[in-house]
Amino acid sequence: MEKKQKATKIFLYVLLIALTVFMLVPFYWMVISSLKENKDVFSVPMQWWPQVMHWENYQRIWEKIPLLTYFKNTAKLTIITTIIQLCTSCFAAYGFTKCRFKGRDTIFLMYVTTIAVPWQVYMIPQFVLISKIGLNDTHLGLILMQSFSAFGVFLIRQFYLSIPNELCEAARIDGLNEYGIFRKVVFPLGKPAMATLTIFTFTNVWNDFMGPLIYLKTQEKKTVQLGIRTFISQYGADYAYIMAASVCSLIPVVIIFLSCQRFFVEGVAASGIKG
Amino acid sequence: MSEKKAGGLTSHQKRAIRTNLVGYSFIIPNLVGYSLFVFLPVCFSFVLSVMEWDASQAPMKFVGLANFADIFGDRVFRSSFVHTIQYALMTVIPTLILALLLAVLLNNKLKGVAIFRTAFYFPYIASIVAVGAVWNMLFQPDFGPINQFLKFIGIDNPPRWVVSTDWAMVAISIVSIWKYMGYYMIVYLAALQGISGELYEAASLDGANSWQKLRYITIPMLTPTTFFVLIMLTIQCFKVFDLVYVMTGGGPGNSTKTLVNYIYEKAFTSWELGPASAGAIVLFAVVLVITLIQFRGEKKWSRDM
Repeated sequence: MEKKQKATKIFLYVLLIALTVFMLVPFYWMVISSLKENKDVFSVPMQWWPQVMHWENYQRIWEKIPLLTYFKNTAKLTIITTIIQLCTSCFAAYGFTKCRFKGRDTIFLMYVTTIAVPWQVYMIPQFVLISKIGLNDTHLGLILMQSFSAFGVFLIRQFYLSIPNELCEAARIDGLNEYGIFRKVVFPLGKPAMATLTIFTFTNVWNDFMGPLIYLKTQEKKTVQLGIRTFISQYGADYAYIMAASVCSLIPVVIIFLSCQRFFVEGVAASGIKG
Repeated sequence: MSEKKAGGLTSHQKRAIRTNLVGYSFIIPNLVGYSLFVFLPVCFSFVLSVMEWDASQAPMKFVGLANFADIFGDRVFRSSFVHTIQYALMTVIPTLILALLLAVLLNNKLKGVAIFRTAFYFPYIASIVAVGAVWNMLFQPDFGPINQFLKFIGIDNPPRWVVSTDWAMVAISIVSIWKYMGYYMIVYLAALQGISGELYEAASLDGANSWQKLRYITIPMLTPTTFFVLIMLTIQCFKVFDLVYVMTGGGPGNSTKTLVNYIYEKAFTSWELGPASAGAIVLFAVVLVITLIQFRGEKKWSRDM
Protein backbone atom coordinates (compact mmCIF):
# COMPACT_ATOMS: atom_id res chain seq x y z
CA MET A 1 0.00 0.00 0.00
CA GLU A 2 2.74 2.40 0.99
CA LYS A 3 4.70 1.59 -2.13
CA LYS A 4 1.69 2.26 -4.26
CA GLN A 5 1.16 5.63 -2.61
CA LYS A 6 4.74 6.57 -3.28
CA ALA A 7 4.40 5.61 -6.93
CA THR A 8 1.28 7.74 -7.26
CA LYS A 9 3.11 10.64 -5.70
CA ILE A 10 6.01 10.36 -8.09
CA PHE A 11 3.64 10.11 -11.00
CA LEU A 12 1.84 13.25 -9.83
CA TYR A 13 5.09 15.17 -9.52
CA VAL A 14 6.25 14.14 -12.97
CA LEU A 15 2.92 15.20 -14.43
CA LEU A 16 2.94 18.52 -12.60
CA ILE A 17 6.52 19.29 -13.55
CA ALA A 18 5.82 18.47 -17.20
CA LEU A 19 2.79 20.79 -17.15
CA THR A 20 4.79 23.53 -15.43
CA VAL A 21 7.47 23.31 -18.09
CA PHE A 22 4.83 23.58 -20.79
CA MET A 23 3.35 26.64 -19.09
CA LEU A 24 6.67 28.37 -18.60
CA VAL A 25 8.51 27.52 -21.82
CA PRO A 26 7.17 30.60 -23.64
CA PHE A 27 8.54 32.83 -20.89
CA TYR A 28 11.87 31.04 -20.94
CA TRP A 29 12.01 31.47 -24.69
CA MET A 30 11.16 35.14 -24.30
CA VAL A 31 14.05 35.69 -21.89
CA ILE A 32 16.70 33.76 -23.81
CA SER A 33 15.67 35.33 -27.12
CA SER A 34 15.98 38.76 -25.55
CA LEU A 35 19.62 37.96 -24.82
CA LYS A 36 20.47 36.75 -28.32
CA GLU A 37 21.48 38.55 -31.45
CA ASN A 38 18.62 39.06 -33.87
CA LYS A 39 19.93 36.57 -36.39
CA ASP A 40 20.29 33.86 -33.75
CA VAL A 41 16.72 34.00 -32.48
CA PHE A 42 15.48 31.64 -35.17
CA SER A 43 18.61 29.58 -35.63
CA VAL A 44 18.20 25.93 -36.70
CA PRO A 45 18.64 23.91 -34.56
CA MET A 46 17.36 26.02 -31.71
CA GLN A 47 19.79 27.25 -29.11
CA TRP A 48 18.28 26.66 -25.71
CA TRP A 49 21.13 28.55 -24.10
CA PRO A 50 22.66 31.54 -25.89
CA GLN A 51 26.39 31.20 -26.51
CA VAL A 52 26.98 34.86 -25.80
CA MET A 53 24.68 36.84 -23.55
CA HIS A 54 23.82 40.13 -25.21
CA TRP A 55 22.84 42.09 -22.14
CA GLU A 56 23.28 45.27 -24.13
CA ASN A 57 19.92 44.53 -25.79
CA TYR A 58 18.35 45.75 -22.59
CA GLN A 59 20.29 48.98 -22.80
CA ARG A 60 19.55 49.50 -26.46
CA ILE A 61 15.83 49.01 -26.13
CA TRP A 62 15.54 52.06 -23.88
CA GLU A 63 17.26 54.12 -26.57
CA LYS A 64 15.38 52.61 -29.48
CA ILE A 65 11.92 53.30 -28.11
CA PRO A 66 10.90 55.85 -25.47
CA LEU A 67 10.29 53.04 -23.02
CA LEU A 68 10.86 55.26 -20.01
CA THR A 69 8.12 57.65 -21.14
CA TYR A 70 5.81 54.68 -21.70
CA PHE A 71 6.57 53.40 -18.23
CA LYS A 72 5.88 56.76 -16.65
CA ASN A 73 2.61 57.12 -18.55
CA THR A 74 1.44 53.65 -17.61
CA ALA A 75 2.43 54.10 -13.98
CA LYS A 76 0.55 57.39 -13.84
CA LEU A 77 -2.60 55.90 -15.39
CA THR A 78 -2.42 52.80 -13.22
CA ILE A 79 -1.90 54.60 -9.93
CA ILE A 80 -4.51 57.30 -10.44
CA THR A 81 -7.13 54.89 -11.77
CA THR A 82 -6.53 52.48 -8.91
CA ILE A 83 -6.84 55.22 -6.28
CA ILE A 84 -10.06 56.66 -7.72
CA GLN A 85 -11.50 53.20 -8.17
CA LEU A 86 -10.64 52.21 -4.62
CA CYS A 87 -11.90 55.35 -2.89
CA THR A 88 -15.17 55.72 -4.77
CA SER A 89 -15.92 52.00 -4.51
CA CYS A 90 -15.40 51.93 -0.75
CA PHE A 91 -17.53 55.05 -0.30
CA ALA A 92 -20.32 53.68 -2.44
CA ALA A 93 -20.14 50.26 -0.83
CA TYR A 94 -20.56 51.85 2.60
CA GLY A 95 -23.53 53.82 1.32
CA PHE A 96 -25.15 50.74 -0.14
CA THR A 97 -24.60 48.51 2.89
CA LYS A 98 -24.67 50.67 6.02
CA CYS A 99 -26.82 53.69 5.15
CA ARG A 100 -30.55 53.86 4.55
CA PHE A 101 -31.75 56.45 2.09
CA LYS A 102 -34.46 56.96 -0.45
CA GLY A 103 -33.90 55.23 -3.78
CA ARG A 104 -30.97 53.16 -2.55
CA ASP A 105 -32.24 49.92 -4.02
CA THR A 106 -33.26 51.53 -7.30
CA ILE A 107 -29.80 53.02 -7.72
CA PHE A 108 -28.21 49.73 -6.86
CA LEU A 109 -30.37 48.05 -9.48
CA MET A 110 -28.73 50.29 -12.07
CA TYR A 111 -25.38 48.83 -11.12
CA VAL A 112 -26.77 45.29 -11.17
CA THR A 113 -28.26 45.61 -14.64
CA THR A 114 -25.11 47.00 -16.20
CA ILE A 115 -22.43 44.86 -14.56
CA ALA A 116 -22.85 42.11 -17.14
CA VAL A 117 -22.69 44.44 -20.13
CA PRO A 118 -19.28 43.99 -21.76
CA TRP A 119 -17.23 47.11 -22.26
CA GLN A 120 -17.00 46.34 -25.97
CA VAL A 121 -20.75 46.97 -26.24
CA TYR A 122 -20.56 50.56 -25.05
CA MET A 123 -17.01 51.52 -25.97
CA ILE A 124 -18.17 53.47 -29.04
CA PRO A 125 -20.61 55.86 -27.31
CA GLN A 126 -18.13 56.15 -24.45
CA PHE A 127 -15.44 57.23 -26.88
CA VAL A 128 -17.83 59.70 -28.52
CA LEU A 129 -18.70 61.16 -25.11
CA ILE A 130 -15.10 61.51 -24.00
CA SER A 131 -14.15 63.05 -27.35
CA LYS A 132 -17.03 65.51 -27.09
CA ILE A 133 -15.77 66.80 -23.75
CA GLY A 134 -12.39 67.25 -25.39
CA LEU A 135 -10.56 64.40 -23.66
CA ASN A 136 -9.70 62.24 -26.65
CA ASP A 137 -5.98 61.47 -26.70
CA THR A 138 -5.53 62.52 -23.08
CA HIS A 139 -4.68 60.45 -20.05
CA LEU A 140 -7.59 62.01 -18.18
CA GLY A 141 -10.01 60.53 -20.71
CA LEU A 142 -8.63 57.02 -20.15
CA ILE A 143 -8.65 57.50 -16.39
CA LEU A 144 -12.26 58.63 -16.33
CA MET A 145 -13.46 55.78 -18.48
CA GLN A 146 -11.71 53.12 -16.38
CA SER A 147 -12.14 54.46 -12.87
CA PHE A 148 -15.77 53.66 -12.23
CA SER A 149 -16.78 50.05 -12.31
CA ALA A 150 -19.69 48.12 -10.94
CA PHE A 151 -17.25 45.30 -10.23
CA GLY A 152 -15.37 47.39 -7.66
CA VAL A 153 -18.56 48.41 -5.88
CA PHE A 154 -19.78 44.80 -5.85
CA LEU A 155 -16.55 43.39 -4.54
CA ILE A 156 -16.27 45.83 -1.64
CA ARG A 157 -19.99 45.71 -0.94
CA GLN A 158 -19.84 41.94 -0.65
CA PHE A 159 -17.16 42.32 2.00
CA TYR A 160 -18.90 45.13 3.89
CA LEU A 161 -22.05 43.00 4.08
CA SER A 162 -20.11 40.57 6.23
CA ILE A 163 -19.23 43.31 8.73
CA PRO A 164 -21.91 43.12 11.44
CA ASN A 165 -24.21 46.12 11.69
CA GLU A 166 -23.95 45.91 15.49
CA LEU A 167 -20.40 47.15 15.17
CA CYS A 168 -21.57 50.32 13.42
CA GLU A 169 -24.45 50.65 15.87
CA ALA A 170 -22.02 50.56 18.80
CA ALA A 171 -19.87 53.22 17.18
CA ARG A 172 -22.98 55.35 16.60
CA ILE A 173 -23.85 55.14 20.29
CA ASP A 174 -20.29 56.20 21.08
CA GLY A 175 -21.10 59.39 19.23
CA LEU A 176 -19.42 58.82 15.89
CA ASN A 177 -21.24 60.15 12.83
CA GLU A 178 -21.46 58.12 9.61
CA TYR A 179 -18.19 59.50 8.23
CA GLY A 180 -16.47 58.66 11.49
CA ILE A 181 -17.81 55.11 11.43
CA PHE A 182 -16.65 54.69 7.86
CA ARG A 183 -13.20 56.08 8.59
CA LYS A 184 -12.57 54.40 11.93
CA VAL A 185 -14.50 51.13 11.76
CA VAL A 186 -15.55 49.88 8.34
CA PHE A 187 -12.73 51.19 6.16
CA PRO A 188 -9.92 49.59 8.23
CA LEU A 189 -11.81 46.28 8.35
CA GLY A 190 -12.20 46.25 4.58
CA LYS A 191 -8.50 46.07 3.82
CA PRO A 192 -8.47 42.51 2.43
CA ALA A 193 -11.15 43.35 -0.11
CA MET A 194 -9.30 46.54 -0.98
CA ALA A 195 -6.09 44.62 -1.56
CA THR A 196 -7.92 42.34 -3.98
CA LEU A 197 -9.46 45.25 -5.84
CA THR A 198 -6.12 47.09 -5.96
CA ILE A 199 -4.39 44.14 -7.53
CA PHE A 200 -7.16 43.54 -10.02
CA THR A 201 -7.30 47.15 -11.09
CA PHE A 202 -3.54 47.44 -11.19
CA THR A 203 -3.03 44.46 -13.50
CA ASN A 204 -6.03 45.36 -15.65
CA VAL A 205 -4.91 48.91 -16.25
CA TRP A 206 -1.25 47.97 -16.64
CA ASN A 207 -2.05 45.28 -19.19
CA ASP A 208 -4.88 47.10 -20.92
CA PHE A 209 -4.38 47.32 -24.62
CA MET A 210 -7.66 48.14 -26.33
CA GLY A 211 -8.37 51.26 -24.24
CA PRO A 212 -5.06 52.96 -25.02
CA LEU A 213 -5.30 51.71 -28.62
CA ILE A 214 -8.55 53.60 -29.10
CA TYR A 215 -7.76 56.70 -27.06
CA LEU A 216 -4.05 57.46 -27.32
CA LYS A 217 -2.62 58.68 -30.62
CA THR A 218 0.29 60.91 -29.57
CA GLN A 219 3.55 59.01 -29.29
CA GLU A 220 4.54 60.67 -25.99
CA LYS A 221 1.28 59.69 -24.33
CA LYS A 222 1.29 55.99 -25.15
CA THR A 223 1.39 53.24 -22.56
CA VAL A 224 3.90 50.38 -22.35
CA GLN A 225 1.59 47.87 -24.06
CA LEU A 226 0.64 50.20 -26.87
CA GLY A 227 4.21 51.45 -27.25
CA ILE A 228 5.61 47.94 -27.58
CA ARG A 229 2.87 47.03 -29.99
CA THR A 230 3.72 50.07 -32.13
CA PHE A 231 7.38 49.04 -32.05
CA ILE A 232 6.48 45.49 -33.12
CA SER A 233 4.42 46.70 -36.06
CA GLN A 234 7.24 48.98 -37.21
CA TYR A 235 10.25 46.75 -36.58
CA GLY A 236 8.72 43.29 -36.81
CA ALA A 237 12.09 41.66 -37.51
CA ASP A 238 13.93 43.03 -34.47
CA TYR A 239 13.08 39.88 -32.58
CA ALA A 240 15.56 40.23 -29.77
CA TYR A 241 14.54 43.80 -29.04
CA ILE A 242 10.87 42.89 -29.13
CA MET A 243 11.49 40.18 -26.58
CA ALA A 244 13.63 42.47 -24.41
CA ALA A 245 10.86 45.07 -24.40
CA SER A 246 8.29 42.38 -23.58
CA VAL A 247 10.36 41.18 -20.65
CA CYS A 248 10.61 44.75 -19.34
CA SER A 249 6.84 45.21 -19.65
CA LEU A 250 6.21 42.08 -17.59
CA ILE A 251 8.48 42.95 -14.68
CA PRO A 252 6.19 45.30 -12.69
CA VAL A 253 3.28 42.88 -12.88
CA VAL A 254 5.50 39.97 -11.90
CA ILE A 255 6.72 41.84 -8.83
CA ILE A 256 3.20 42.73 -7.75
CA PHE A 257 2.01 39.22 -8.46
CA LEU A 258 4.74 37.44 -6.52
CA SER A 259 4.47 39.74 -3.53
CA CYS A 260 0.66 39.71 -3.30
CA GLN A 261 -0.19 36.26 -4.59
CA ARG A 262 -2.53 35.51 -1.76
CA PHE A 263 -4.84 38.32 -2.77
CA PHE A 264 -4.87 37.23 -6.40
CA VAL A 265 -6.04 33.80 -5.40
CA GLU A 266 -8.62 35.11 -2.94
CA GLY A 267 -9.82 37.61 -5.52
CA VAL A 268 -10.46 34.97 -8.15
CA ALA A 269 -12.21 32.81 -5.62
CA ALA A 270 -14.40 35.71 -4.45
CA SER A 271 -15.34 36.96 -7.89
CA GLY A 272 -15.59 33.45 -9.25
CA ILE A 273 -17.93 31.89 -6.77
CA LYS A 274 -20.21 34.81 -6.20
CA GLY A 275 -20.40 35.64 -9.90
CA MET B 1 -32.61 73.31 0.85
CA SER B 2 -33.59 76.91 1.50
CA GLU B 3 -33.71 78.22 5.04
CA LYS B 4 -37.36 79.05 4.85
CA LYS B 5 -38.40 75.60 3.76
CA ALA B 6 -36.24 73.83 6.30
CA GLY B 7 -37.78 76.00 9.00
CA GLY B 8 -41.21 74.62 8.28
CA LEU B 9 -40.21 71.01 8.84
CA THR B 10 -40.50 69.00 11.99
CA SER B 11 -37.32 67.77 13.59
CA HIS B 12 -38.21 64.25 12.54
CA GLN B 13 -38.43 65.27 8.89
CA LYS B 14 -35.19 67.19 9.20
CA ARG B 15 -33.46 64.12 10.48
CA ALA B 16 -34.85 62.02 7.65
CA ILE B 17 -33.50 64.51 5.11
CA ARG B 18 -30.14 64.51 6.85
CA THR B 19 -29.91 60.71 6.80
CA ASN B 20 -30.77 60.71 3.11
CA LEU B 21 -28.18 63.35 2.36
CA VAL B 22 -25.48 61.49 4.27
CA GLY B 23 -26.34 58.31 2.33
CA TYR B 24 -26.21 60.13 -1.00
CA SER B 25 -22.90 61.74 -0.12
CA PHE B 26 -21.34 58.31 0.13
CA ILE B 27 -22.49 57.03 -3.22
CA ILE B 28 -22.33 60.28 -5.19
CA PRO B 29 -18.66 60.17 -6.27
CA ASN B 30 -19.01 56.72 -7.78
CA LEU B 31 -22.55 57.25 -8.98
CA VAL B 32 -21.72 60.39 -10.96
CA GLY B 33 -18.75 58.76 -12.66
CA TYR B 34 -20.58 55.53 -13.27
CA SER B 35 -23.73 57.12 -14.68
CA LEU B 36 -21.76 59.45 -16.91
CA PHE B 37 -19.09 57.11 -18.23
CA VAL B 38 -20.81 53.72 -18.08
CA PHE B 39 -24.57 53.90 -17.73
CA LEU B 40 -25.10 56.71 -20.21
CA PRO B 41 -22.90 55.10 -22.89
CA VAL B 42 -24.70 51.77 -22.39
CA CYS B 43 -28.05 53.45 -23.08
CA PHE B 44 -26.61 55.48 -25.91
CA SER B 45 -25.24 52.40 -27.66
CA PHE B 46 -28.82 51.40 -28.49
CA VAL B 47 -29.48 54.86 -29.91
CA LEU B 48 -26.36 54.82 -32.05
CA SER B 49 -27.26 51.45 -33.52
CA VAL B 50 -30.26 52.95 -35.33
CA MET B 51 -28.44 56.07 -36.51
CA GLU B 52 -26.18 56.95 -39.37
CA TRP B 53 -23.21 58.94 -38.13
CA ASP B 54 -19.50 59.34 -38.77
CA ALA B 55 -18.60 61.05 -35.47
CA SER B 56 -18.15 64.36 -37.28
CA GLN B 57 -19.97 67.67 -36.73
CA ALA B 58 -22.67 66.51 -39.14
CA PRO B 59 -25.89 65.59 -37.35
CA MET B 60 -26.94 61.99 -36.84
CA LYS B 61 -29.58 60.61 -39.09
CA PHE B 62 -32.19 58.10 -37.95
CA VAL B 63 -32.13 55.08 -40.23
CA GLY B 64 -34.12 52.54 -38.24
CA LEU B 65 -32.94 48.98 -38.57
CA ALA B 66 -30.95 49.70 -41.74
CA ASN B 67 -27.65 49.27 -39.87
CA PHE B 68 -28.64 45.78 -38.84
CA ALA B 69 -29.73 44.93 -42.36
CA ASP B 70 -26.42 46.39 -43.47
CA ILE B 71 -24.21 44.22 -41.28
CA PHE B 72 -26.21 41.03 -41.73
CA GLY B 73 -25.87 41.59 -45.46
CA ASP B 74 -22.12 42.08 -45.02
CA ARG B 75 -20.18 38.90 -45.75
CA VAL B 76 -17.34 40.05 -43.50
CA PHE B 77 -19.69 40.46 -40.54
CA ARG B 78 -21.23 37.04 -41.03
CA SER B 79 -17.83 35.40 -41.29
CA SER B 80 -16.61 37.32 -38.22
CA PHE B 81 -19.54 35.96 -36.31
CA VAL B 82 -18.82 32.43 -37.49
CA HIS B 83 -15.12 32.79 -36.60
CA THR B 84 -16.05 33.90 -33.10
CA ILE B 85 -18.19 30.80 -32.67
CA GLN B 86 -15.42 28.59 -34.06
CA TYR B 87 -12.98 30.18 -31.65
CA ALA B 88 -15.35 29.60 -28.74
CA LEU B 89 -15.89 25.96 -29.75
CA MET B 90 -12.16 25.32 -29.95
CA THR B 91 -11.34 27.14 -26.73
CA VAL B 92 -14.07 26.64 -24.14
CA ILE B 93 -14.07 22.88 -23.63
CA PRO B 94 -10.29 22.32 -23.59
CA THR B 95 -9.79 25.23 -21.18
CA LEU B 96 -12.49 23.86 -18.91
CA ILE B 97 -11.17 20.31 -18.90
CA LEU B 98 -7.56 21.38 -18.36
CA ALA B 99 -8.54 23.79 -15.59
CA LEU B 100 -10.46 21.03 -13.83
CA LEU B 101 -7.60 18.58 -14.29
CA LEU B 102 -5.03 21.03 -12.91
CA ALA B 103 -7.25 21.86 -9.96
CA VAL B 104 -7.76 18.20 -9.09
CA LEU B 105 -4.01 17.59 -9.35
CA LEU B 106 -3.20 20.57 -7.15
CA ASN B 107 -5.83 19.65 -4.61
CA ASN B 108 -3.60 16.77 -3.51
CA LYS B 109 -1.54 17.37 -0.44
CA LEU B 110 1.83 17.66 -2.09
CA LYS B 111 4.88 19.67 -1.20
CA GLY B 112 5.43 22.66 -3.44
CA VAL B 113 1.82 22.98 -4.56
CA ALA B 114 2.09 26.76 -4.25
CA ILE B 115 4.91 26.85 -6.79
CA PHE B 116 2.92 24.87 -9.34
CA ARG B 117 -0.11 27.02 -8.73
CA THR B 118 1.95 30.14 -9.36
CA ALA B 119 3.35 28.71 -12.57
CA PHE B 120 -0.07 27.77 -13.91
CA TYR B 121 -1.60 31.10 -12.97
CA PHE B 122 1.25 33.17 -14.29
CA PRO B 123 0.24 33.33 -17.99
CA TYR B 124 -3.05 34.85 -16.91
CA ILE B 125 -1.45 37.98 -15.50
CA ALA B 126 1.06 38.40 -18.33
CA SER B 127 0.06 41.08 -20.82
CA ILE B 128 -1.44 40.00 -24.11
CA VAL B 129 0.97 42.13 -26.11
CA ALA B 130 4.01 40.35 -24.65
CA VAL B 131 2.37 36.94 -24.76
CA GLY B 132 1.16 37.46 -28.33
CA ALA B 133 4.62 38.54 -29.46
CA VAL B 134 6.34 35.51 -28.00
CA TRP B 135 3.79 32.99 -29.27
CA ASN B 136 3.92 34.54 -32.71
CA MET B 137 7.62 33.74 -32.73
CA LEU B 138 7.08 30.27 -31.31
CA PHE B 139 4.57 29.64 -34.11
CA GLN B 140 6.89 31.04 -36.79
CA PRO B 141 6.26 28.54 -39.63
CA ASP B 142 9.78 28.02 -40.99
CA PHE B 143 12.16 28.38 -38.06
CA GLY B 144 9.89 28.64 -35.03
CA PRO B 145 10.55 26.24 -32.15
CA ILE B 146 7.12 24.62 -32.42
CA ASN B 147 7.53 23.62 -36.04
CA GLN B 148 11.15 22.62 -35.45
CA PHE B 149 9.85 20.31 -32.77
CA LEU B 150 7.09 18.95 -35.01
CA LYS B 151 9.62 18.29 -37.78
CA PHE B 152 11.88 16.64 -35.24
CA ILE B 153 9.18 14.16 -34.24
CA GLY B 154 8.59 13.32 -37.88
CA ILE B 155 5.86 15.65 -39.12
CA ASP B 156 7.26 16.82 -42.43
CA ASN B 157 4.65 19.38 -43.28
CA PRO B 158 3.71 21.02 -40.00
CA PRO B 159 0.87 23.54 -40.10
CA ARG B 160 1.87 27.07 -41.05
CA TRP B 161 -0.05 28.42 -38.04
CA VAL B 162 -0.57 32.18 -38.01
CA VAL B 163 0.12 32.62 -41.72
CA SER B 164 -2.30 29.90 -42.79
CA THR B 165 -6.00 30.61 -43.16
CA ASP B 166 -6.85 27.16 -41.80
CA TRP B 167 -4.56 27.13 -38.78
CA ALA B 168 -4.39 30.73 -37.60
CA MET B 169 -7.50 30.43 -35.44
CA VAL B 170 -6.22 27.17 -33.97
CA ALA B 171 -3.00 28.94 -32.98
CA ILE B 172 -4.98 31.72 -31.30
CA SER B 173 -7.07 29.13 -29.47
CA ILE B 174 -3.99 27.35 -28.18
CA VAL B 175 -2.59 30.59 -26.78
CA SER B 176 -5.93 31.40 -25.24
CA ILE B 177 -6.20 27.99 -23.56
CA TRP B 178 -2.66 28.32 -22.25
CA LYS B 179 -3.30 31.82 -20.94
CA TYR B 180 -6.66 31.34 -19.25
CA MET B 181 -6.71 27.83 -17.85
CA GLY B 182 -4.79 28.92 -14.74
CA TYR B 183 -7.48 31.42 -13.88
CA TYR B 184 -10.27 28.86 -14.05
CA MET B 185 -8.07 26.39 -12.21
CA ILE B 186 -8.19 28.79 -9.24
CA VAL B 187 -11.97 28.98 -9.51
CA TYR B 188 -12.14 25.18 -9.45
CA LEU B 189 -9.66 24.97 -6.57
CA ALA B 190 -11.85 27.26 -4.48
CA ALA B 191 -14.84 25.03 -5.22
CA LEU B 192 -12.89 21.87 -4.41
CA GLN B 193 -12.11 23.24 -0.96
CA GLY B 194 -15.84 23.34 -0.38
CA ILE B 195 -16.42 19.62 -0.91
CA SER B 196 -16.65 17.91 2.42
CA GLY B 197 -13.87 15.44 3.20
CA GLU B 198 -16.42 13.09 4.72
CA LEU B 199 -17.72 12.19 1.29
CA TYR B 200 -14.31 10.93 0.29
CA GLU B 201 -13.82 9.10 3.56
CA ALA B 202 -17.15 7.34 3.13
CA ALA B 203 -16.20 6.42 -0.42
CA SER B 204 -12.84 5.07 0.75
CA LEU B 205 -14.63 2.86 3.28
CA ASP B 206 -16.74 1.53 0.43
CA GLY B 207 -13.54 0.70 -1.40
CA ALA B 208 -13.69 3.36 -4.12
CA ASN B 209 -10.44 4.11 -5.95
CA SER B 210 -9.20 7.56 -6.93
CA TRP B 211 -10.75 7.45 -10.36
CA GLN B 212 -14.13 6.44 -8.98
CA LYS B 213 -13.95 9.23 -6.41
CA LEU B 214 -13.25 11.73 -9.16
CA ARG B 215 -15.98 10.34 -11.37
CA TYR B 216 -18.72 9.90 -8.76
CA ILE B 217 -17.95 12.57 -6.15
CA THR B 218 -15.71 15.35 -7.41
CA ILE B 219 -17.17 15.93 -10.87
CA PRO B 220 -20.85 15.78 -9.82
CA MET B 221 -20.19 18.02 -6.82
CA LEU B 222 -18.50 20.53 -9.10
CA THR B 223 -21.39 20.74 -11.57
CA PRO B 224 -22.48 24.26 -10.52
CA THR B 225 -18.90 25.49 -10.82
CA THR B 226 -18.48 23.82 -14.20
CA PHE B 227 -21.63 25.50 -15.38
CA PHE B 228 -20.37 28.84 -14.12
CA VAL B 229 -16.98 28.37 -15.79
CA LEU B 230 -18.67 27.34 -19.02
CA ILE B 231 -20.74 30.52 -19.04
CA MET B 232 -17.81 32.79 -18.15
CA LEU B 233 -15.57 31.22 -20.78
CA THR B 234 -18.18 31.48 -23.49
CA ILE B 235 -18.79 35.14 -22.76
CA GLN B 236 -15.07 35.76 -22.66
CA CYS B 237 -14.65 34.09 -26.04
CA PHE B 238 -17.28 36.30 -27.61
CA LYS B 239 -15.41 39.35 -26.36
CA VAL B 240 -12.04 38.31 -27.77
CA PHE B 241 -10.12 41.12 -29.40
CA ASP B 242 -6.59 41.79 -28.12
CA LEU B 243 -5.23 38.33 -28.71
CA VAL B 244 -6.44 38.30 -32.31
CA TYR B 245 -5.30 41.86 -32.87
CA VAL B 246 -1.75 41.25 -31.68
CA MET B 247 -1.32 37.80 -33.20
CA THR B 248 -2.88 38.03 -36.64
CA GLY B 249 -4.67 41.36 -36.89
CA GLY B 250 -7.69 39.40 -38.12
CA GLY B 251 -5.79 37.86 -41.03
CA PRO B 252 -4.59 36.15 -43.08
CA GLY B 253 -7.40 37.36 -45.31
CA ASN B 254 -10.19 37.81 -42.83
CA SER B 255 -9.78 34.29 -41.52
CA THR B 256 -9.43 35.19 -37.85
CA LYS B 257 -11.52 38.33 -37.73
CA THR B 258 -13.90 38.09 -34.80
CA LEU B 259 -16.98 40.00 -33.78
CA VAL B 260 -15.17 42.62 -31.69
CA ASN B 261 -12.45 43.01 -34.31
CA TYR B 262 -15.20 43.77 -36.79
CA ILE B 263 -16.82 46.28 -34.44
CA TYR B 264 -13.46 47.92 -33.75
CA GLU B 265 -12.60 48.30 -37.41
CA LYS B 266 -16.03 49.57 -38.39
CA ALA B 267 -15.96 52.12 -35.59
CA PHE B 268 -12.39 53.31 -35.30
CA THR B 269 -10.96 52.76 -38.77
CA SER B 270 -13.85 53.46 -41.11
CA TRP B 271 -15.87 55.58 -38.63
CA GLU B 272 -19.17 53.99 -39.55
CA LEU B 273 -20.53 54.29 -36.04
CA GLY B 274 -24.03 53.09 -36.95
CA PRO B 275 -23.12 49.64 -38.30
CA ALA B 276 -20.40 49.31 -35.66
CA SER B 277 -22.96 49.94 -32.92
CA ALA B 278 -25.35 47.49 -34.52
CA GLY B 279 -22.55 44.93 -34.27
CA ALA B 280 -22.10 45.89 -30.62
CA ILE B 281 -25.81 45.29 -30.01
CA VAL B 282 -25.48 41.85 -31.57
CA LEU B 283 -22.67 41.16 -29.10
CA PHE B 284 -24.87 42.44 -26.31
CA ALA B 285 -27.71 40.15 -27.40
CA VAL B 286 -25.41 37.13 -27.40
CA VAL B 287 -24.07 37.94 -23.93
CA LEU B 288 -27.59 38.62 -22.67
CA VAL B 289 -28.84 35.22 -23.85
CA ILE B 290 -25.87 33.49 -22.21
CA THR B 291 -26.43 35.43 -18.98
CA LEU B 292 -30.13 34.48 -18.95
CA ILE B 293 -29.16 30.84 -19.32
CA GLN B 294 -26.85 31.35 -16.37
CA PHE B 295 -29.66 32.79 -14.23
CA ARG B 296 -31.88 29.84 -15.00
CA GLY B 297 -29.07 27.43 -14.20
CA GLU B 298 -28.32 29.14 -10.92
CA LYS B 299 -31.96 29.03 -9.94
CA LYS B 300 -32.09 25.34 -10.69
CA TRP B 301 -29.05 24.57 -8.56
CA SER B 302 -30.05 26.72 -5.65
CA ARG B 303 -33.34 24.80 -5.62
CA ASP B 304 -31.64 21.42 -5.81
CA MET B 305 -29.09 22.12 -3.12
